[in-house]
Amino acid sequence: MASKIQPSDRTVYDFSSQSQKWAFVRKHWPIYVISLPGIIYFLLFKYIPLFGSIIAFQNYNIFKGIKGSKWVGLENFQRMFAYTDFLQILKNTILIGIYDMCFAFPVPIILALLINEVRVMMYKRIVQTVVYMPHFLSWVIVGGVVVGVLSPSTGIVNHLLALFGVEPIYFLGENTYIRPILIGSGVWKDSGWGTIIYLAAIAGINPDLYEAAQIDGASRIRQVFSITIPSILPTIVILFLLQIGNFLDFGFERVFVFLNPLNNENGEIIDTFVYRAGLVDRQYSYTTAIGLFKSVVGLMLIMISNTFSKKMTGEGLY
Amino acid sequence: MIMTRGHKIFNVFNIILLGIIGLSMVLPLIHIIAQSLSNNAAINAGKVSLWPVGFTLGSYKLILQDPTIWIGFRNSVIITVFGTLINLFMTTTLAYPLSRPEYLFRKSILVMVLFTLIFSAPLIPNYLLVKQLGLLNTLWALMLPMAISAFNLFVMRSFFLNLPTELLDSARIDGCGEFRILWNIVLPLSKPAMATMGIMYAVGHWNRYAEAVFYIDHRNWIPLQVRLREIVFTDQMGQSDVSSELMLLLSPEGIKMAVIVVATIPILCVYPFLQKHFIQGMMVGSVKS
Repeated sequence: MASKIQPSDRTVYDFSSQSQKWAFVRKHWPIYVISLPGIIYFLLFKYIPLFGSIIAFQNYNIFKGIKGSKWVGLENFQRMFAYTDFLQILKNTILIGIYDMCFAFPVPIILALLINEVRVMMYKRIVQTVVYMPHFLSWVIVGGVVVGVLSPSTGIVNHLLALFGVEPIYFLGENTYIRPILIGSGVWKDSGWGTIIYLAAIAGINPDLYEAAQIDGASRIRQVFSITIPSILPTIVILFLLQIGNFLDFGFERVFVFLNPLNNENGEIIDTFVYRAGLVDRQYSYTTAIGLFKSVVGLMLIMISNTFSKKMTGEGLY
Repeated sequence: MIMTRGHKIFNVFNIILLGIIGLSMVLPLIHIIAQSLSNNAAINAGKVSLWPVGFTLGSYKLILQDPTIWIGFRNSVIITVFGTLINLFMTTTLAYPLSRPEYLFRKSILVMVLFTLIFSAPLIPNYLLVKQLGLLNTLWALMLPMAISAFNLFVMRSFFLNLPTELLDSARIDGCGEFRILWNIVLPLSKPAMATMGIMYAVGHWNRYAEAVFYIDHRNWIPLQVRLREIVFTDQMGQSDVSSELMLLLSPEGIKMAVIVVATIPILCVYPFLQKHFIQGMMVGSVKS
């Protein structure tokens, strides 16, 4: 019965012929019309650029377009690896990604475990409200806050250092400090936000487990390590997988706001380089090749880590 | 539950530690507000930490006299209001059919959306598309390319899936067409979800920076964040007709900090609403994926 309406999402209609199917679609035409703007959006703004990526294999000329431009095969990709600056940028991107994973990833987990242990509800709520807040500030504002706090002449950090007799440090003007600043500002902005999912996972743990553990005489610390952490492990694994997939995607904004000629060498990542070489210097094909390289590596990382984790833990993204 | 000594020590330690973490989120902002309200001499002498010294509103006066900041503010307000309306329209009109069993192509469209989440086009093809559509240097470039967030689409769809079907069925029996059902029944029921998503999208538009750097270079159409970055990081204040005595009184640091405060205020105003609605929306989405 084609017109039977069932509540479930998994409703499957059985059509014996193609014409029956079209009759069904015609009968319910309004919802198909309603969906059109959204579908057009995805085709236009997501899929056309995806096909436009083939200019990575061309010597794209903006006046000739994709059809008129010359095909050059993998030349742009070869050029990429032959260029020493690119290798430095790739190194920066990978290092910043690794640092981010080592230092920023565990913070929300620890924070969620600590917040969960607070028994005073009022205090718990205040702490949560406060740690979520920086997430809603833009990277430019976060950058401005960092500049203000780290300023060599007027910032509070250098004032504190001065108490210990340390000479003022121009943090943003030195190559050595850019990576810690990038990671640290990320922790400041987003670690509180990251706790939401972990707190939800903790809230979903069966309270009977804790009760049983208490009867068996397990201390609070023991309960955390024997119940809470194992219970949220699947969540941790999934978020870790997502993180690996976004390994090269540190983000344009959060790096670009801090970059200046003095810290460029250690700070420039693929995204900022693509902007500079692509949009500013108009090397369209070359930077598309770099961008495509990044996307493909990201996709491969997701697939590899997913397979790996399914074997190890039985958990995966898909 | 009996508290052992170890528990008590841990509790005290934990409360203090979380207090310090919480303060580290708030203190930098207070430091910045304090600087924005202090005069030049006090800032340079390093006297300002958490309370304004040599109180002055001069930095704010100066900012309000700078036309480029007003332009940025105007553009940011426009993209926030209209961009969010576009977002809500586009997201619901796709999420609703995807929640209906009568919509036969659900699966293929969901796959199509999901694919864009894990594999997206590089910057240049996106730029060329925006250019070819003639959107460069218009505010449309900051609204149309991000009209739907796939994540929000899934959140909205799972919200629609949870609406009682009986309600829709009875409306249909009463002779309601699909458009009427969506407009008169589904939308009023989904006000909380819409509000949550609207605020989320609005914050995104207000904070929009990267796309503005890519697609806009005409001074008349840059949003506030771009102007903000110029002022804070490259010391470019506009040539405003400020008396020199006022200039002497103000420090560049104080002015920068005042601009940051101005750009932050709208977010802090909606923050209580954000906090209230939005965490639930976040949960729905995360469970689904």
